Amino acid sequence: MAIWNNYGMKRRHFMQHMATAAATIPAMNFLSHVQANASTVANNKKACILMWMGGGPPTIDIWDLKPGSKNGGEFKPIDTAAPGVQISEHMPETAKVFDNLNVVRSMSTREADHGRGRYYMHTGYVPNPTVVHPTFGSVVSYEVGRERSALQIPSFVSVGGGSGQAGFLGMAHAPFVVGNDGQIRNAPDKETRDRLPGRLKMLDAVESNFIKSKRGELPSAHRDVYTNAVNLMTSHQMAAFDVDKAEPALGLEAETAATKAMYNPMPANGQAGGMMGRGNGFGQSLLMARRLVQVGVPFVEVNLGGWDLHNDVFNTLKNQRLPVLDRGISALVTDLKQRGMLDDVTIVWMGEFGRTPRINQNVGRDHWAASWSTMIGGGGLKNGQAIGATNADGNRVADNSKAYQPGDIWATVAYAMGIPLNTVHTSKRGRPMKLANGGTPIKELIG
Amino acid sequence: MKFVPKWTLAVALGASLAVLAGPGTSGLRADEAAEPDPSQMSVVEAVNHFIKVGYEDNEITPSEPASDEEWVRRVYLDVVGRIPTLEEAKEYLEDESPRKRSVLVDKLLESPDYIRNQTTIWTNNCIGRGTPRRVSRRGMEKFFREAFAKNRPWDEVVVDIVTAEGHFEENGAVNYTLAQLQMPDDAVQLTAKTTKLFLGMQVQCTQCHNHPFNNWQQAQFWEFNSFFRQVRKVDHRKTDPNTGRQVDDYSEVVTRDFNGPVYFEKRSGLMQVAFPKYMGKEVAPDAFDRRKEFGKLLVAADNGETPLIAKAFVNRMWGHFFGYGFTRPVDDMGPHNSPSHPEVLDRLAEEFVDSQYDVKKLIQWITSTDAYSLTSQYGEDNEVDDPGAGEVPLFSHMYVKSMQAEQLYDSLIVASNAHKSGRGGWEAQEQQRRRWMQQFVVAFDTDENDEATTFNGTIPQALMMMNSELIDKAVSIERGSFLFETFSKPGSEATKMQELYLAALGRRPTRSEANLAQRMVRSYGAANKAQAYQDLFWALLNSNEFIFNH
Repeated sequence: MAIWNNYGMKRRHFMQHMATAAATIPAMNFLSHVQANASTVANNKKACILMWMGGGPPTIDIWDLKPGSKNGGEFKPIDTAAPGVQISEHMPETAKVFDNLNVVRSMSTREADHGRGRYYMHTGYVPNPTVVHPTFGSVVSYEVGRERSALQIPSFVSVGGGSGQAGFLGMAHAPFVVGNDGQIRNAPDKETRDRLPGRLKMLDAVESNFIKSKRGELPSAHRDVYTNAVNLMTSHQMAAFDVDKAEPALGLEAETAATKAMYNPMPANGQAGGMMGRGNGFGQSLLMARRLVQVGVPFVEVNLGGWDLHNDVFNTLKNQRLPVLDRGISALVTDLKQRGMLDDVTIVWMGEFGRTPRINQNVGRDHWAASWSTMIGGGGLKNGQAIGATNADGNRVADNSKAYQPGDIWATVAYAMGIPLNTVHTSKRGRPMKLANGGTPIKELIG
Repeated sequence: MKFVPKWTLAVALGASLAVLAGPGTSGLRADEAAEPDPSQMSVVEAVNHFIKVGYEDNEITPSEPASDEEWVRRVYLDVVGRIPTLEEAKEYLEDESPRKRSVLVDKLLESPDYIRNQTTIWTNNCIGRGTPRRVSRRGMEKFFREAFAKNRPWDEVVVDIVTAEGHFEENGAVNYTLAQLQMPDDAVQLTAKTTKLFLGMQVQCTQCHNHPFNNWQQAQFWEFNSFFRQVRKVDHRKTDPNTGRQVDDYSEVVTRDFNGPVYFEKRSGLMQVAFPKYMGKEVAPDAFDRRKEFGKLLVAADNGETPLIAKAFVNRMWGHFFGYGFTRPVDDMGPHNSPSHPEVLDRLAEEFVDSQYDVKKLIQWITSTDAYSLTSQYGEDNEVDDPGAGEVPLFSHMYVKSMQAEQLYDSLIVASNAHKSGRGGWEAQEQQRRRWMQQFVVAFDTDENDEATTFNGTIPQALMMMNSELIDKAVSIERGSFLFETFSKPGSEATKMQELYLAALGRRPTRSEANLAQRMVRSYGAANKAQAYQDLFWALLNSNEFIFNH
């Protein structure tokens, strides 16, 4: 029984053991789908980083300003590196790299409740009581993550949490939620790690009867998740979560002070990451996202909350939210570009919905889904554009403009990542589900 | 006789037609007469009847009844929120009385763990797991603890909550309101949450427009909202005697003088007014305390209609025991989302009202239904009954439920004997558990204060189960631990192995399981036997069978 006794280095045994365990589970064929050109996905470095703006950002004050309208608010637009595209004066750093990004100004998404909007924007589908649609990160995990056999950590990481469920694609594709410090809670210490092989052997023996006992798929999903957890625990790729750790074989270096400062600048008082207000972990999270992409994670979601600005919208934006956001976006774009990764990594920025063009009596803006903006860029797209438009007061998509749904954004991401657009998944009930709810890539972006 | 389902009329009509047809059709008449009449049945019989009709209509055969082992674990988890202790499991399994299932339910309903379980569930429902700012979790828990300890009628509890005012620890019920008043939002969140939690209706979208698929109108939202516009939250500060700084003191809910109409804006930009009005019943706008009027309307049973708070509670409670309620989700009832078993829901709700909203009675009824007694194993004849795949639940077998984080915590404590060594009083235990819970809470950072959990069967949960301090303690071999006590007693090793299974899974191992386990323990060598049993117990606690309530 040497396997568990001096387990230390012997990850391979471990994997063999887990592989045998996995083989006893009927492969997830019931989810089978027709996938054209699967080979185009293999061996690429494509990834998507989603910046999720929890609460619903006031895009009328960020990407689609309305100077001269009664809804215009306090901010002025400024020019960007993309000719003819203007954004908020409080996004100056982002403006400088905007030739790598695009704004889609004619989102029209019908769901203005947090829970429903979160679901719709993440999945492309409106909530339905009889089915749980996979959030798009889970779709990428399923389509791309499975192909990356060298990837030992989860193929969908959510920094800061709350990104939805894997639904009918299975628990193994659920987001792996970590805090923005990258700390993995309950990671094993040496003793626990040494005892793991023996324990897992016992576990395998103890729980296989229950899996075979016809009680639905939860018991076998439990085993899949354990397999992923064990892979994670024993992998060198864990270094991706720790910005101070080098793992040369994986191309990871310990991040320099300069890089860290670019994402998360030192304020005058010298305290690291001392941006005021909530969200000062945003830069650190994006840096971690870049490292995760480097080791092959195809989908990382980074959360920045605090956008539910029913009150005092302008002060909060100007003093708290936008400085954090501006710095984060520009650092990520600059860093990815310097490393030659920007053409492979699609950046998406969105929240549940936008906010009312009308300014309410509390100098706030309420929920608004009828006409708002998302941002998308990198990924080898035709960048530096403003797609679509709203009318002069911002409360409708302009007459000559095509209205976009989240499915169109995700279809664009799928296109950029090489996921075939005719991919169809099958719900547990046997209903065919089109990729991104049948959305179409945005024509101007894919050229 | 309040309960006259439509088909009783059909039978009556059929019978009279038979009479008209004359004596030649007496066979038909006999058949019709044999048809059971649910209105004459007891509530449990009627529920059994209607659920059986569902099996027949869908041409399925229900699963076999659950074994005592399966059932006892389930009922402990559902009623008291934890697995049975070794002693409790043994006692039940050795009991040979034919009525032992209902006797156990009655016993559990009288235990302090029942109060704790319901208190946890309702505190989470009302204020979430991550306590919002300036809300007293202790106050909220105290309110529910007293309510469930005295088995207070549910209608009184709801009325207390929606009308509460005062200091957040003196009257703990106010914490529900405080938790919904995190932002100055004209009580929009309070309106939406109250409707959803206590009336089982989701109307939050109608704040801005008419509901897309049910008949709720935007005006109705604001009429409801009008009841809550006298509510005001006051946060008191005090001077810290040590530092001289101002620090948070208590918060309270007060009723302010407000009797005007509420204004809201239609999509068209038109301003409208709304007055307090509940389901068509108006209240004088100058009513002294509008929430008190709201409370009266909530429980009023006009025209023999069952109040919505009864239906909402029954649906939620059924969902608690079966994993699925009669609607999905349990708090989105209404004409757009018809229930799977309307007769069962209606009958239970009516009887619940007739029982003076007796929560314990409702639990007794639900747990003594045939459906609740079935195994979670399905067969070929009912594998289509799979609500996990999106099918309408038919309750032809028990559905496998994932343990809630609190259930898991309490079960690990019990399985590893930690409940025996002194853990301090209620408050200290609650605090320990709460601290542990925080690792799984993910806040969404919105005005609704909503949150998700990473205790959802994904990797963080698996890591906690494999590596955490909690699990280390559970498999500890130090004096006083479960393993230590078990193995320092006299007795054969085979018996001790059985106890490991009993403690973790509430059942003894099968012969082949026992053989396999023995082989594995032996493979560790005599010198490592303690480690071997530790690892076996670790495996049992990490197994799917442990983590699922089935």
